Amino acid sequence: MNYTWNWGIFLEPSPEGAGTYADMLLSGLAWTVVTALCSWVIAFTLGSVVGVMRTLPSRTANAIGAAYVEGFRNVPLLVQMFLWYFVLPELLPARLGSAVKQMPDAPFYTAVLCLGFFTAARVAEQVRAGIRALPRGQAQAGLALGLTWAQTYRAVLLPNAYRIILPPLTSEFLNNLKNTSVALTIGLLELTARARSMQEFSFQVFEAFTAATLLYVALNLVVIAGATLLERRVAVPGGR
Amino acid sequence: MFGHFDLSVVADSLPYLFGEGMVFTLTLTALAAGGGLVLGTGLALLRLSGVPGLTHAAKLYVELMRSLPLVLVIFWFYFLVPYLGAWAIGADTPIRVGAFASALVTFTLFEAAYFSEIVRAGIQSIPKGQSAAARALGMSYAQVMRLVVLPQAFRNMVPLLLTQTIVLFQDTSLVYVLSLTDFLGAASKVAQRDGRLVEMYLFAALVYFAVCFAASLLVRRLQARTAIVR
Repeated sequence: MNYTWNWGIFLEPSPEGAGTYADMLLSGLAWTVVTALCSWVIAFTLGSVVGVMRTLPSRTANAIGAAYVEGFRNVPLLVQMFLWYFVLPELLPARLGSAVKQMPDAPFYTAVLCLGFFTAARVAEQVRAGIRALPRGQAQAGLALGLTWAQTYRAVLLPNAYRIILPPLTSEFLNNLKNTSVALTIGLLELTARARSMQEFSFQVFEAFTAATLLYVALNLVVIAGATLLERRVAVPGGR
Repeated sequence: MFGHFDLSVVADSLPYLFGEGMVFTLTLTALAAGGGLVLGTGLALLRLSGVPGLTHAAKLYVELMRSLPLVLVIFWFYFLVPYLGAWAIGADTPIRVGAFASALVTFTLFEAAYFSEIVRAGIQSIPKGQSAAARALGMSYAQVMRLVVLPQAFRNMVPLLLTQTIVLFQDTSLVYVLSLTDFLGAASKVAQRDGRLVEMYLFAALVYFAVCFAASLLVRRLQARTAIVR
């Protein structure tokens, strides 16, 4: 096999002018992390709302929640990315549409929105499952104490439900983190995109992808460690 | 805002979209799901084998695959497969591997990691007493798996395996990064040739939705039917 390994490549200056190949990958890592965190804010908030809607007694709320989840779960993420990036600006009023298209960092904002809405559907299912897993007595006790439905959810049901679903929420967060790489198709310079352009510039395929792989694995480990800490922090004392 | 909507672009490209694109997507999905299931079962058996080296190797493989984004894995194999092929047949230079073969290898190996977790959970869902009883009857480990555990485990796993196959069907759209002509690739090529992004991408989304939604309804029905058995 003729492949010239060159692990020193990371310290060589990248053709972009400023910094080394290592800097290039690290800037990609930063975009990956920032995109994942920003989209998670949307996913978590919206997902909680939709998840709660699916547990309400109201039929309308249920139907809207179900439609949301089915819609976002049954279309590939890449297609959704294209819809947000190429189709949405065309459907907006002309002036607003062109303003959106000319926005600097448009791929970033699009990726955040797209991932946020996409992951929200998955978070919603987890939230719903968490609330469903609670004994019915909890809601009844809350209401019997004179709390309103909103108060019962906020003070009783959700805090307990989130504790139950912390492990699956962690996997959703990890999926969200990995899914940021799909945004390279709309020009977001995240970690995978950076590894690919490093390969194109330097022809050191395996070094570039190995570095990206290790960075992703490290990110995963950090998230899992964080989730374990959080789990311990929020555990009910004396509980299981 | 839908004033200059041109549906004739969609209509004209239907044979291309379905005859080439969808056929590609379905072929890749079916082959990768089949291969992934076989490999995934192997991985799950390794992981449950109790032999320390094998268990850890299988676990490492599954965890590594699951911590990487699919797009990165696609790139990895796109560049790696020619070298692996050269190494396998002892050639000096990387062999030529088509993008389809590379995508097939990628999806098979990637899905194997996910399928193996489903199979592992399925095997573990069969009460221990059953394999103990089978061993007591004098069956070998292979016989216990083949005759007692796996047939029941697969039955329990079918809904999850199908759901994962729907996910795989959606994920095959990522071969876009290799410029392959799957369903989305075909839609995208027409969209860019004719400057009809809105129509083509909306249509693609609609078709994916219809296929996946119908499939997930079927899975749910199947789930309701097999659930009673236990």
